[in-house]
Amino acid sequence: MNVEILARVQFAFTIGFHYIYPPLSIGLGLMLVIMEGLFLRTGNRIYEMAVRFWIRIFALIFGIGVATGIIMEFEFGTNWATYSKYVGDIFGSALAAEGIFAFALESGFLGILIFGWNRVSRGVHFFSTIMVFLGSCFSAVWIVVANSWQQTPAGFHIVGEGMNARAEITDFWAMVFNPSSVDRLLHVWVGALLAGGFMVLSVNAWYLIHKKHVEIARPCFKIALVVVTVFSLVQLFLGDRSAEVVAHYQPAKLAAMEGHFDSSARADMFVFGYVDRKDERTSGLKIPGGLSFLTHHDFNAPVTGLRAFRPEDRPSQVNTIFQLYHLMVACGCAMIFLALLGCWLWWRKKLFQYRWLLWVYALSVLLPQLANQAGWFTAEMGRQPWVVYGLLRTSDALSRVVTANQIIFSLILFTIVYIVLFVLFLFMLNRKIQHGPVDYGTKEAIEDGARRDNPILEHQG
Amino acid sequence: MHTLLGIDYSTWWFLIFGAVISGYAILDGFDLGAGSLHLFLRKEESRRIAMNAIGPIWDGNEVWLVIGGGALFAGFPVAYAAIFSAFYVPFMIFLVGLIFRAVSIEFRSKEPWVWWRKGWDIVYCVASIVISLSLGLMLGNVVEGVPLNADREFSGDLLTFFNPFAIMVSVTTLALFMMHGAIFLTMKTENRLFVKLHVLANNFIIFFVVSFVITTLYTLLYIPHLSDFFKSNPGYFIIPLLMTLSIANIPRQVKIGKYRFAFISSAITIALLLIMVAIEVFPFLLYSPQHPANSITVYNAASSAKTMHILFWMALLGTPLVGIYTSFVFWTFKGKVRLDEMSY
Ligand code: HDD
Ligand code: HEM
Ligand code: HEM
Repeated sequence: MNVEILARVQFAFTIGFHYIYPPLSIGLGLMLVIMEGLFLRTGNRIYEMAVRFWIRIFALIFGIGVATGIIMEFEFGTNWATYSKYVGDIFGSALAAEGIFAFALESGFLGILIFGWNRVSRGVHFFSTIMVFLGSCFSAVWIVVANSWQQTPAGFHIVGEGMNARAEITDFWAMVFNPSSVDRLLHVWVGALLAGGFMVLSVNAWYLIHKKHVEIARPCFKIALVVVTVFSLVQLFLGDRSAEVVAHYQPAKLAAMEGHFDSSARADMFVFGYVDRKDERTSGLKIPGGLSFLTHHDFNAPVTGLRAFRPEDRPSQVNTIFQLYHLMVACGCAMIFLALLGCWLWWRKKLFQYRWLLWVYALSVLLPQLANQAGWFTAEMGRQPWVVYGLLRTSDALSRVVTANQIIFSLILFTIVYIVLFVLFLFMLNRKIQHGPVDYGTKEAIEDGARRDNPILEHQG
Repeated sequence: MHTLLGIDYSTWWFLIFGAVISGYAILDGFDLGAGSLHLFLRKEESRRIAMNAIGPIWDGNEVWLVIGGGALFAGFPVAYAAIFSAFYVPFMIFLVGLIFRAVSIEFRSKEPWVWWRKGWDIVYCVASIVISLSLGLMLGNVVEGVPLNADREFSGDLLTFFNPFAIMVSVTTLALFMMHGAIFLTMKTENRLFVKLHVLANNFIIFFVVSFVITTLYTLLYIPHLSDFFKSNPGYFIIPLLMTLSIANIPRQVKIGKYRFAFISSAITIALLLIMVAIEVFPFLLYSPQHPANSITVYNAASSAKTMHILFWMALLGTPLVGIYTSFVFWTFKGKVRLDEMSY
C-alpha cells in the first residue's frame, strides 16, 4: 500500500473518531448552560439533578475529546510534513490561537465545572459553565477557519518554488474571513448544537420509555425539543448557504456532490440515486432543475459539470461523495420532521403517549452524528485531489521521511486503541445513563456515595 | 530584519516557545510525576486522594503542550514538520501514552469493582512513566542533534534515538518529574499518606540527583559541543551555579517541612534546566552533528515576519488571560484534598 493512501486513511480515521466527541461537548455545553440557568432562576431541584447528571456525562465525553484531539494536532507534523511547511505560516497561527484562546479557557474552567459544585458559589459555577461552553465554541472557530482556508484560500501569497514553496500571510483578516469561513463555521456550530440537543432528547426518551426519573425526564425532554426544533430549521438554511459557497468557489465539488457530469442549464437535483463512474451517469429520483434553483435560485441557470474539469483535477470518489452528501441532507430532513412532529404532539398534549415514537426519539441521537460525519467526509473528499484547493495536491503534501511501515504501525496502534476506547466509552456511557440523575443529599445518594468511596464493600456484598 | 528591543522576532519567538515548554514541564511535570509514583501508594483511599489532587488541574496543565505544539507549528513550521516526522515512532508512543493516561483518570473512579480500579491504576502509572520517558528521550535527541539531509529532513532510523545520552536524559526526566510530583502531593495530603509521601519525596530526590550528576558528567566528557558556549562565555556560568543551588535547596526545604518552598525550588530547577538547554542549542532547533550546514535554526525555520508579528500580539494578549484563569482555578482548589461526591 502506498504512503499517500495510508496517510489519508489514518487522517480520516483519527479525525472521524475525534469528531464524534467535539460536537457533543459543544452541544451538551449549551444544554448545561440552559439547565443550570433554569436552576438558578427557578431554584427547582429537578434542574439541579439534571445538570449534575449531565455534567458527569459531559466530563466523560470531554475527556475522550481531549485525548483524541491532541493526536490531531501533531498528525500534521508526523504525516503531512510537506503540507505543514507549506501552510505553516497560515495554519500555524490559527492552531496557536486555538490553544491559547480556546483550549486554555475550556480546560481551565472545566475543573470548576466538574469538581466545583460544592466549592464555589452558584454564580461562579454558572460562570464557569458558560466559559467552558464558550471555550469549546471558540475552539471550533479556529480549526474551521484553518480548514476553510484550505478550501478557499485567501489573504496570502506564494513564496519560493517546488519543494520549498509556501504560502505566507499578506492579510490576516482576509485569511480569517476567507470566502467560506463564516458559512461553514455557522454550519458546524449548529451541527454540534444539534448533536447535544438530540443526545439529551434521546436519553430522556429512554427514561420515559422505562418510566424512570419521569419527573426529570419530562421537562428536560421538552427543553431539548425546543433546542432541536430551532436549530434543525436554522441548519436547513445554513446548509443551503454552504452549498452556494461550494457552487461558487469549488464547482468540481458541487458537481461531485450531485453527480452532475455535463455542464447544463436546468441541472437536476437528486433525492437519492447512484453514480456510475465508468459511464459517468447518475440515475435516481430527481427534481428537474433543482440543482440550478438551489445554487442560483433560478431553475434555468447553468451549472458546471464534472466533465468541464481535467480528470486529474476532479475528485475520484464521486459516488461516495454523492451518497454521503445525500445522507447528510436526509438526516437533516429527518431531524426537522422529528422535531416538528414532537412540537405538534406537544401542542396536542399527546407528546408522551406513543411508546414506539419515544423509541424513535431514543434512537434519534444517531442522526446528527451521521450528518456531522457525512458532512465532513463530503467536504474533505470533495476537495480532492487538492489539500489546499487549487494550490497543493494531496500527493505532494506527505512527509517524505515517513515510510509505509511506520504508518501501518501507527494505524494498527490507533485502530486497536480507538476500538478499546470506543467500547469502554459506550460501556461507561450506558452505565451512567442506567444509573441516572441522583437526588444529592438524600439517604439513597449518601449510600451510593459510600459505595463509591469503599469499593471493597461492593466487592464483598 | 524586524527587531524589538534589539532582539529579532525569530529569537523572541524562540524565547516564548521556550517559556511555553518550561510552563508545560513545570505544570504537567508534577501531575506526570504524581502518576508515575501512583503504584507506590498502596491503599485505595491514598490512590483516590492522589488522583483527586491533580483531578481538577491536569487537563489545564496539558493545554500547555497543545499551546507549545501550536507555537512551534506557527513560528517554526519547518522545525515542526521535521521534528514530528523524524520522531515518528517515539512520538506515536508518547501520544498513545497521553490517551491512556487521560482515560484512566476519567474511567477509574466510575466503577466500584476492585479489579477495575486496580487495572486502571496500572494503566495510569505505566502511561505516566512512558510519557515522561519518551518526553525525555525526545528532549535528549533534540539537545544532542540528529542526522539531517540536505533537505533538512531526518536521515537516521529508529535506533538513532536510543543512544546513551538520550537514555540518560530520559531517565533523568522521569526522576525529576517523580520528585516534583511527590513534593506536590505532600502539599496536598495529611496524616499517614503525607508521611509516606515525605519519605518517597526524599527517595526521589536522591534518584534525581544521582541521574542528573551522571548525565552531566557524560555530557562534559563525550558531547563537548554542548558545553562550548559556557566555556567561551564564562559569564553564563551563573546559570548552572543557580541550578546547583536550587537543587540543593530542595532537600533542605523538605527536611524542615517547607514543602511549598521545596516545590517552588523544583519548579525553578526545571525552568533553569530548560534555560540551560535553550542556551546550549540556540540558534539551532534541530542540530545535525554530521553536517552542521543542514541544521534547522530559528532563522531558516521561521515563519514570515508578518506571521511572527501576529503571533507576538497573540501571545501578549493571550498569556495574561491564561495566567488569570489558571491562577483562579489553582486558587479554588488550593489546600489539602477533600473527597466529596463529585470527586474521582
Ligand atoms: C467543531 C469543532 C472541532 C473540530 C473541527 C476539531 N476539534 Fe479538536 N476539539 C474541539 C473542537 C473541534 C473541542 C470541542 O474543543 C474539543 C473536543 C472535546 C474537548 O475536550 O475539546 C477538542 C479537543 C481538541 C484538542 C485537545 C484540547 C485540550 O487539551 O483541551 C486538540 C489538541 C484538538 N482538539 C485539535 C484538533 C485538530 C488539530 C483538529 C483538526 C484536524 C480538530 N481538533 C478538529
Ligand atoms: C472534524 C472535522 C474533520 C473531518 C471529519 C475531516 C475529515 C477528513 C477526511 C475524511 C479526510 C480524508 C479524505 C480522503 O482521503 O478522501 C481528511 C483529510 C484531510 N483533512 Fe480533514 N476533516 C476534518 C477537519 C479538518 C481540519 C480542521 C483540517 C485542517 C485545518 C483538515 C485537514 C485535512 C488534511 C490535511 C487531510 C489530508 C489530506 C487529504 O486527504 O485531503 N481536516 N479529512
Ligand atoms: C439540511 C440540509 C443540509 C444541507 C443542504 C447541507 C449542506 C452542506 C454542504 C453543501 C456542505 C459542504 C460544505 C463544504 O464542502 O464546504 C456541508 C458540510 C457539512 N455539513 Fe451539512 N447540510 C445540511 C444538513 C446538515 C446537518 C443536519 C448537519 C449536522 C447535524 C450537517 C453537518 C455538516 C458538517 C459537519 C459539514 C462539514 C463542514 C463544512 O464543510 O461546513 N449538515 N453541508
